[in-house]
Amino acid sequence: MNRYDDNTIQMLESKAKVVRKHIVEMTHSAKSGHPGGSLSSADILVALYFKIMNHRPYDTQWEDRDRFVLSKGHAAPALYAVLAEAGYFQVDELKSLRQLGSRLQGHPSRSKTPGVEMSTGSLGQGLSVANGMALGARLNRKLSRIFCLCGDGEMQSGQNWEAAMLAAHYKLDNLTAFVDRNQLQIDGPTEQVMSLEPLGEKWMAFGWNVIEINGHDMRQILEACDRAKEVRGKPTMVIAHTIKGKGVSFMEGALQFHGKAPNDDELRVALKELEGAQ
Amino acid sequence: MKWVYTSQRKEYSNALLEIGKTRTNVVVLDADLSSSTRTIDFAKKFPERFFNCGIAEQGMMGTAAGLAVSGKCVFASSFAVFATGRCWDQIRQSIAYPKLNVKIVASHAGITVGGDGASHQATEDIALMRTLPNMTVIVPADGIETYKAVKAAVDWEGPCYLRLGRADVPLITSMDSSFTIGKASIMREGSDVTLVGTGQMVALCINAAETLHEKGLSAEVVNMSTIKPLDQDALLSSVKKTGAVVTAEEHSIINGLGSAVAECLAENLMAPLHRIGIPDVFGESGDSDQLMVKYGLTSGKIVEAAEAVVRRKGE
Repeated sequence: MNRYDDNTIQMLESKAKVVRKHIVEMTHSAKSGHPGGSLSSADILVALYFKIMNHRPYDTQWEDRDRFVLSKGHAAPALYAVLAEAGYFQVDELKSLRQLGSRLQGHPSRSKTPGVEMSTGSLGQGLSVANGMALGARLNRKLSRIFCLCGDGEMQSGQNWEAAMLAAHYKLDNLTAFVDRNQLQIDGPTEQVMSLEPLGEKWMAFGWNVIEINGHDMRQILEACDRAKEVRGKPTMVIAHTIKGKGVSFMEGALQFHGKAPNDDELRVALKELEGAQ
Repeated sequence: MKWVYTSQRKEYSNALLEIGKTRTNVVVLDADLSSSTRTIDFAKKFPERFFNCGIAEQGMMGTAAGLAVSGKCVFASSFAVFATGRCWDQIRQSIAYPKLNVKIVASHAGITVGGDGASHQATEDIALMRTLPNMTVIVPADGIETYKAVKAAVDWEGPCYLRLGRADVPLITSMDSSFTIGKASIMREGSDVTLVGTGQMVALCINAAETLHEKGLSAEVVNMSTIKPLDQDALLSSVKKTGAVVTAEEHSIINGLGSAVAECLAENLMAPLHRIGIPDVFGESGDSDQLMVKYGLTSGKIVEAAEAVVRRKGE
């Protein structure tokens, strides 16, 4: 079935390109931040905020809104870029990332930034919070769907598995989570630091519906969310296979751009590549 | 002094049941200890608003945060050692930093946990919670004060930590006495020495004051039921009068009530101070009364300390 026409896909891909440009620009401006993991998550975030999620940038407290938790909080540049493009705040505020007094903190802050649902940054915590939101939506009799994006290195953190158990136990089928499976963490490839595989099987064993996709294929991201919506009685985990640093050739698969901002030359090359990309 | 004893956990339960009736946004979480913390009573009465999170305190705090941002007033309970220790970072990051409406009500604080021993005896929980910005720390003195504190917490916007004991404790307040978060109560007036207690140690301070009276010393007893924010005005006005202070808590002498009082005095009004509490050691198994004696948490020790600080006056 081809629910999404080519125009929709193209619109989302263009938006993702703009978001990627913002990511490299704002980290460059801040001289710090996490471009690699922000770039690998960009397509998922664009798909969520520009197609999947029901939300109102002009009414952040809208009771019926869907909610998103960025559990891999260091990908804040990607979230901020998406929120700005969606209209939660002005695009030119992005260059204030990490500056003293900025509304755009190094890791998401619920109290400082319009559109940020939960403060994150200490890994492994977001999924539990998403569980609480899912329970809350149910108690409030809302049809809101809750989305959570985790890192793969983050999966090493025990609290995620507490969250996995709780979500399955309470049958939180209004919750769809993603793992940005870019295979890298700070100290090296995940499988060398602390192996995660078989990751999908682990989530299935915990009672989740698991879908594996190419995390840079818009159609696959959208269809995964649609399928998750149809599953009753189980939360869904989408394992999105991605490339860390996706979109910028010298950042793709590069460990050092986990937490290092591009310098002037690197920014120039990055923008040129993103501009020229299809 | 002959005391009537009350159960703080039972009064927590009573307060929750009452609150649950009218405040439909109240949700209660526990981590497999609901039959001990008594949240089980709320669970039976309002099953759709109770969630057992299993032996997973970190998950429980995150879940509490998610419910709080969904408009709920969340009570999360476990034993003090687990509720504050295992999930300290979760409380910090997901509750204190975003200032969410989560009330952590922990029971089994201090050494009166008894036979379970050191692993279960929280002697650092006040310290852990006090050091978090945006966290209000309340230690009710008895059952009735617990009931009032829980009801006050529901109306208090933001993160709260309430510390309860396992054992039944002497009733020193009454339904008529007032309770306000952030306000200490003067249980007994005096002029020679200030005894600042918290939790069940306040009753021991009152006992000590009676003994001191027989020895010719007039002791003022302050029930410091809120450790943070500390009622600095009440403390300083008492110490201005008496010139000497003893603090008493069923908690380490490091970073609990004693430290909070010391900080306030050192910055405002120097006076000889002695902290009664657990002397920077872990607890152990034993009968709770025996443990109180072994670890120096007695009215006799408070009397000795009071006499000592009075002697040090004018140094």
